[in-house]
Amino acid sequence: MSAPDYDPKQVSLLDAAQLEAAHAAGLAAFAAAASLDDLAHAKTAHLGGQAHVSLANREIGVLPPAAKGDAGKRVNEVRRALEAAFDQRRAALEDERDQRVLVEERVDVSLLPGAVLQGARHPLTTIQERISDVFVAMGWEVAEGPEVEHEWFNFDALNMPADHPAREMQDTLWLAPEGSQVVLRTQTSPVQIRSLLARGLPCYVVAPGRVFRNDALDATHSPVFGQVEGLCVDEGITMAHLRGTLEAYAEAMFGSHLASRLRPSYFPFTEPSAELDIQCFACRGDVALQPCRVCSNEGWIEVGGCGMVNPAVLVACGVNPERYSGFAFGMGLDRTLMFRHGITDIRDLYEGDQRFTQAFGTEA
Amino acid sequence: MRVPLSWLRTFVPELTATPDEIAAALLRAGLEVEQVHRYGDDITGVVVGRVLDVEELTDFKKPIRFCHVDVGSRVHEVVCGATNFVAGDLVPFALPGASLPGGFQIATRQTYNRTSDGMICSAAELGLAESSPGILVLPADSPLGADVVDLLQLRDEVLDIAVTPDRGYSLSVRGVARETATAFGVPFVDPGLLAAAPVDGGYDVQLDDPGCDRYVARIVTGFDPTLPSPPWLQRRLVRAGMRPISLAVDVTNHVMLELGQPLHAFDLATLQGAVVVRRATEGERLVTLDGQERALHPGDLLITDDSGPIALAGVMGGAATEISEATTGILLESAHFEPSSITRTARRHRLPSEASKRYERGVDPDLAPAAAEAAVRLLGELGGAVAGPVTDVDHRAPRPQLQLPVDKPGQVAGRAYDRGTVLQRLADIGCEVTGDQVLLVTPPPWRPDLTGPAELVEEVIRLEGYDTVPVALPTAPAGRGLTDSQRLRRRASRSLAAAGLVEVVTPPFVAESLVEGLGQSHHQPPRLLNPLSEEEGLLRPSLLPGLVTALLRNVGRGLPDVALYETGSVFRGAGTPVARVPKTSQRPTDEELAALDAALPSQPRHAGVALAGRRAGRAVAVGDAVEVFLALGQALGVTLTVTRGQEAPYHPGRCALLLLDGEPVGAAGELHPRVVAAHGLPPRSVAGEVDLDRLVQVAAAGGPVAAPVVSSYPPSSVDVALVVADDVLAADVERSVRAGAGELLEAIRLFDVFTGPQVGEGRKSLAYALRFRAPDRTLTDVEVLRARDTAVARAAADHGAVLRGA
Ligand SMILES: [Zn+2]
Repeated sequence: MSAPDYDPKQVSLLDAAQLEAAHAAGLAAFAAAASLDDLAHAKTAHLGGQAHVSLANREIGVLPPAAKGDAGKRVNEVRRALEAAFDQRRAALEDERDQRVLVEERVDVSLLPGAVLQGARHPLTTIQERISDVFVAMGWEVAEGPEVEHEWFNFDALNMPADHPAREMQDTLWLAPEGSQVVLRTQTSPVQIRSLLARGLPCYVVAPGRVFRNDALDATHSPVFGQVEGLCVDEGITMAHLRGTLEAYAEAMFGSHLASRLRPSYFPFTEPSAELDIQCFACRGDVALQPCRVCSNEGWIEVGGCGMVNPAVLVACGVNPERYSGFAFGMGLDRTLMFRHGITDIRDLYEGDQRFTQAFGTEA
Repeated sequence: MRVPLSWLRTFVPELTATPDEIAAALLRAGLEVEQVHRYGDDITGVVVGRVLDVEELTDFKKPIRFCHVDVGSRVHEVVCGATNFVAGDLVPFALPGASLPGGFQIATRQTYNRTSDGMICSAAELGLAESSPGILVLPADSPLGADVVDLLQLRDEVLDIAVTPDRGYSLSVRGVARETATAFGVPFVDPGLLAAAPVDGGYDVQLDDPGCDRYVARIVTGFDPTLPSPPWLQRRLVRAGMRPISLAVDVTNHVMLELGQPLHAFDLATLQGAVVVRRATEGERLVTLDGQERALHPGDLLITDDSGPIALAGVMGGAATEISEATTGILLESAHFEPSSITRTARRHRLPSEASKRYERGVDPDLAPAAAEAAVRLLGELGGAVAGPVTDVDHRAPRPQLQLPVDKPGQVAGRAYDRGTVLQRLADIGCEVTGDQVLLVTPPPWRPDLTGPAELVEEVIRLEGYDTVPVALPTAPAGRGLTDSQRLRRRASRSLAAAGLVEVVTPPFVAESLVEGLGQSHHQPPRLLNPLSEEEGLLRPSLLPGLVTALLRNVGRGLPDVALYETGSVFRGAGTPVARVPKTSQRPTDEELAALDAALPSQPRHAGVALAGRRAGRAVAVGDAVEVFLALGQALGVTLTVTRGQEAPYHPGRCALLLLDGEPVGAAGELHPRVVAAHGLPPRSVAGEVDLDRLVQVAAAGGPVAAPVVSSYPPSSVDVALVVADDVLAADVERSVRAGAGELLEAIRLFDVFTGPQVGEGRKSLAYALRFRAPDRTLTDVEVLRARDTAVARAAADHGAVLRGA
């Protein structure tokens, strides 16, 4: 081996023993760093610009070309080893820190900021929408009419002239003065008349709304209650269509597990007329489950009236009864709600107690 | 109508069905049997006994008797409080161990210092009357020891039927029996066919008004007014829900219940001259049976004689000609009156009676002579009366003949009925039918409701059973879904609920005092003619009365934080009644329809809110109500603006007027302290109300949303603090800033409101964060500052705003 053509003292930093010592010192310093700050200091000392490996690297240049490769390789090995040790230690210290800090930042996640009251929509509103949607899905449209109505719409056009005893069936609220001709509609049926007059034929409409009777408020009666009217007038409409439509309605509102029946009845504006009864959801007419408070042991609950539109009604609306026929129905919404939701006191619907409505949320 | 089955079975002798089966069959045929009452099964051990002797016990405050009663097998001692019997009378005697209605048990006991080994029963104790003054004395021919339940036929079931207005014939045992016979396909024995030919020399009767088309008058003499009604007669009346009164009255009621023909009995001795049926004249008066003197109306149909009015025809008799305990001669009236005339008179005098109820729904005009004959026979059998001459004034019109295509019932039902079925069903209800393809149908006289083919169709379908009608869905044409307005109203409701408000549905009846107290009287709420309560006699002109009432109820129930909303119609003003209500024989003209609508008050839909307590962690304030309505506007796609208002019932310094396109559409505010105090509301409660119809109308006219251009260039933000007088509204300043900043302003947010010495007395600082952005470039600082400066300048010009720190 020939003598080197450089000053060995000048390149003592590349000495294997010294390099190894710097390597060991670095590893020890990183391992000893107790915090990220300590680690940062150790990094400056052992990997920074004035660190052994950095200085040694600078000296490679003065080596003869034959020695450069070997020296560079050795310095790099040490640097990479130190960097790896540093990264590992930093990751460990960061994990440690995160664990501590995130634990310290723990909060009570059930504590809410000053909450706004939970809003809710009244079941009488949402059930009207629900029923409307059932019929809209069948191609029907939703019709409307005024709550304060002229007697011609509420009575006369519905085949109830002034002295008709059927007017007595409904305790009518009249507007003052005597002779005003104006009533709080006793039924949603006047919307039938308005629809036939305004819409033309064929006419498939459903009309939910409020109606009024001179009835004292108690657990099962209210002077104000909801009704939904249905009217279908077209060519070739039969009572079979009435039954089919009511069964679709009953299934949508009460489910397919309850039977329904039509019972002959009387309304001046339909002929034939019927009451729609739905099987009692509580006892289903089974005497073993009676006495039943829901249906008074009838086994059935009356939910509304219906029938084939009386030709006299069609005539009053300018519809030719020789060519067109139709059916109509009027269902009690309060009754339906009480039935669907187990409401036992109708007053709950009209007293405006926030707690009652809130239970129903915002959709039917 | 209460129909004892024992009575019904006399006209349907082959009926074997049980009471429940009968009830179910009638229900299926359209007679709503509301209840089946059962009698007599709860009575045991009551037999016929003879009172052997009567000892009056005088040591007690009330009369007490000690008797021996022979029941055939042995003699019982008994103490009795009644005094209406004598030794030798036959009485119903409850043996020791007997049961009476209501679970009442009879046992031997010591009372009034004697042994009482049973009980002598009254009619009430046997369930034969609601109350009875003394014990029941049985007819002298009653067999000693016989079971009283069998003897008096106490065992019975009674159908309680709700009769619809079209089925007047069902207000009789005859009518219900006919339906029952049809339902079970068994023969019906018509009790309404008694013959009674007119006999010369009858009472003089004159019909001067078409309101009466038949009048049968029967003279009966020699009647013994002291005779009581026999037990069977009393029992039938009681079971049918009527009170026995006297033999003569009970007989007329019995015939009415059996046949449906109301009868009236005049005391023959009190009548003066011919009976004339005519309308009342102005000023006439009549004291009716109930002792009331009534001023008669020219529309009232009267029975009169030479003395003047003696009865309100078909409604109630007069007191002067009433039969009494001394009456021996009777003039029996069996007449037919026009229904609507009776309806009007009964309503006018508030006199609904058993008679008027039947006449209003239509009585069989062929029945008058048969009913009179039935009554005369009973008065003879039971009261010893002698039948006199018969008057029958008959002005009946011929019965109408209806045309019914034989396939019409099938067309309506959606299935076929064969010819034989149609003919059979029409025969079942008493129609006479001829014809081939088009049937010529003469309805029976007891069915005045059968006026056209539609009613005949119903009879066929009903009797065949609605459950035999098939099920099919009609095919509606393609629908258009909900209208824009309907969709928008749903959105409004959801928006209010989403804002944390709870919907209420309040009745529209409000008290005048509340309407006044809330300053809503100027809206002219309509008044009800017949309100549910005198208190709440108005229709709401605003949603506030209902909301305030509901608010109070919630607070009263201990809920501290309340937030309510309601949407619904309010009622204002009055329309003009139409001179002539349109006929219904054709479509009204457009002018007639417009006039009908003009008779109604205005009734727009509103949305209202009321809040009290805390919301979002702090006390509610006017801003909560305003915010809710601005959000409502946003949900509908319209922009509401806020300005200061002075509306009732709000605090004058805390009231916001809500504007749409510059027009007021509502108001919100803190309730006036006086309103709060007057109604006991929580302090600082807030409320508000907008015209929802107007909002929806504008929103619906807006058409589809035009999509915005979303710029991807960077924004530039700048803050400004503007100092203004503290009565300047922040909303107005913001509006000016927006207008001044121009199109480059993308967003503005008020982030601080500051008052204090730094900004000066009576002034406030409003700090806004402005975000600018251009659609097509990155803005330069120069552009942004220029926009900010024009915004400040506009605020300065509009409101005297000064840039803080400038
Ligand atoms: Zn039940």
